[in-house]
Amino acid sequence: MAQKKTSLLSKILDDNKLQDYINVFPNSVGSYGYDAWGFNIRNMKNNMRLIKYLYEDYFHAEAFGLENIPKNGRCLIIANHSGQLPFDGSFVGYAMLTNPHGPRAPKAMMERFIPSVPFIGNWLNSLGSVIGDPVNCERMLEKEEAVIVFPEGVRGSNKLYKLRYQLQRFGNGFMHLAMKHDTPIIPVGIVGMEESIRSYADIKPLAKLLGMPVAPLVIPYFFKSKVYIHFGKPMYFKNDIHKETDIKHRVDMVKAAIDELLQEGLAMRTAYLEAQKEIKK
Amino acid sequence: MEPRKKILVTGAAGALAKKVIENLKKEYKIVAIDFRTKVDLGIPVESYKIDYNKRLFEDIFREHQFEGIIHLGRISAQEMNRFSRYNANVIGTRKLFDLALKYNVPKVLVLSTYFVYGASAYNPSLLDETTPLKASELTMDLVDSVELENLSTIYLYKHPELNITILRPCNIAGPGVRNTFSLLLSEKRSPVLWGFSPLMQFIHIDDMRDAICTAFEKNIPGIYNIAPGDYIGFQDAIKAAGSTPISIPSIPPKLTESISRFLKWKSFPPYLINYFKYPVIIDGSLFEKTFNFLPKKTLSDIFNYYKSLK
Repeated sequence: MAQKKTSLLSKILDDNKLQDYINVFPNSVGSYGYDAWGFNIRNMKNNMRLIKYLYEDYFHAEAFGLENIPKNGRCLIIANHSGQLPFDGSFVGYAMLTNPHGPRAPKAMMERFIPSVPFIGNWLNSLGSVIGDPVNCERMLEKEEAVIVFPEGVRGSNKLYKLRYQLQRFGNGFMHLAMKHDTPIIPVGIVGMEESIRSYADIKPLAKLLGMPVAPLVIPYFFKSKVYIHFGKPMYFKNDIHKETDIKHRVDMVKAAIDELLQEGLAMRTAYLEAQKEIKK
Repeated sequence: MEPRKKILVTGAAGALAKKVIENLKKEYKIVAIDFRTKVDLGIPVESYKIDYNKRLFEDIFREHQFEGIIHLGRISAQEMNRFSRYNANVIGTRKLFDLALKYNVPKVLVLSTYFVYGASAYNPSLLDETTPLKASELTMDLVDSVELENLSTIYLYKHPELNITILRPCNIAGPGVRNTFSLLLSEKRSPVLWGFSPLMQFIHIDDMRDAICTAFEKNIPGIYNIAPGDYIGFQDAIKAAGSTPISIPSIPPKLTESISRFLKWKSFPPYLINYFKYPVIIDGSLFEKTFNFLPKKTLSDIFNYYKSLK
């Protein structure tokens, strides 16, 4: 029976060309389909259907600038973070996996607290998300992987709804890694995820009780919102400075590039919403 | 004909020690000791039940000139309380090292465990041997394991003449193994934490025996992780071994701990709860390169063995 289910699933994946993309997946996995970071090829195949549904049918996501992603070799995908649950990482991953210019299956660095959240931690892990530790990132870049990093971390993903589209403080870690490992940075602006799950407060005592960094007060519903993902041009930084203040300056350059992409996405979404209103009239 | 060299093997009552002794007894004259019981290992093997902290222990060194020590003896949390365990595992090991120095034993192999790294949500993958040991930060019940490692490391660098090799294996499994995770694989129903399936590594007891024998014979002092480059989620491992996972509430963490204390489940001790939640994936490549070692048994071999028992 299980065999039948798998075949049916494979058929659906085949129909949607997803299987073709998955076949070029660069990760090497062991006898039970796992790699050293918890990625699981079987779970990935099964879950990609859900991501596909959310990406294409629920959020009507659109990706631009996919030609800017290197077809192979190491790269850091640096994006803004939002939406309480890290679906933005899955969406960037899906856009890269189904990139007509050359599909890639990236790894995504997730907040350190996520592994402590039941189900979500393991689930994201099996899809290729990895705890945001520089050691992990270095090892993956050495293996020529594309790695998604959200330098805002939990400050971005769990910010309150009223702070939407306001980029929070960026950590400097990704810049150190990019310089040390001679890795291009692809800035990414994601519009739409900020509205998907809205947090109105952080219930700190509850967070403490549950052993988590945040306990957002949210409406447990995925608000429908048109999603735009803009991939910017690669940015290169030489490993030629040593002062943290200079690093910060470079981080701010990436942050500014992301902000520009965000504004582009927001303008497109405004136009889209106005067109929708016109249609309704 | 040259008389066979003598070696001392501690923890002789354990399944792994028995396998090591069986493998080495053709080449070496073995003196086997254990804290818990006198083990009958056949005529060529001298066997004693002995407390390393008693003066009588030195008589063994006076009587035999050892060419090496394989220190596998460890008292587990199920066998003694924390204080006695510390005395046996840490103070006892110090006594062993001091006697090795006094009687000029030229090589010592110490078996440690990957538990010393500590299971934390913040662990990166593929921990190498330079990673700080954080297990004692999580629980007092693993302090003796970390202290034993620290002590061994001190002697490794302070007394290079002992040529100490420290091995940190991942989960050892297979026939006769009675550690926590092998007990779980052998049970019909095994506790898992609701919503958690940490990535794990397993090495078959026969491969671990070979790793110990190879490291002992080649004797390249240092600290080495031992783990195959193959991985499996804990819940998948339980299912692959033919066991049924029983979900235990995982949040809030205090509730999980209370359940563990209340159930007094031998294979689900409160001090190991984090190991049911977070992965501790170690990088075994240094050992593989240094000793040209590759495990022969696969994960399927391990799980099929447990499945066959049910």
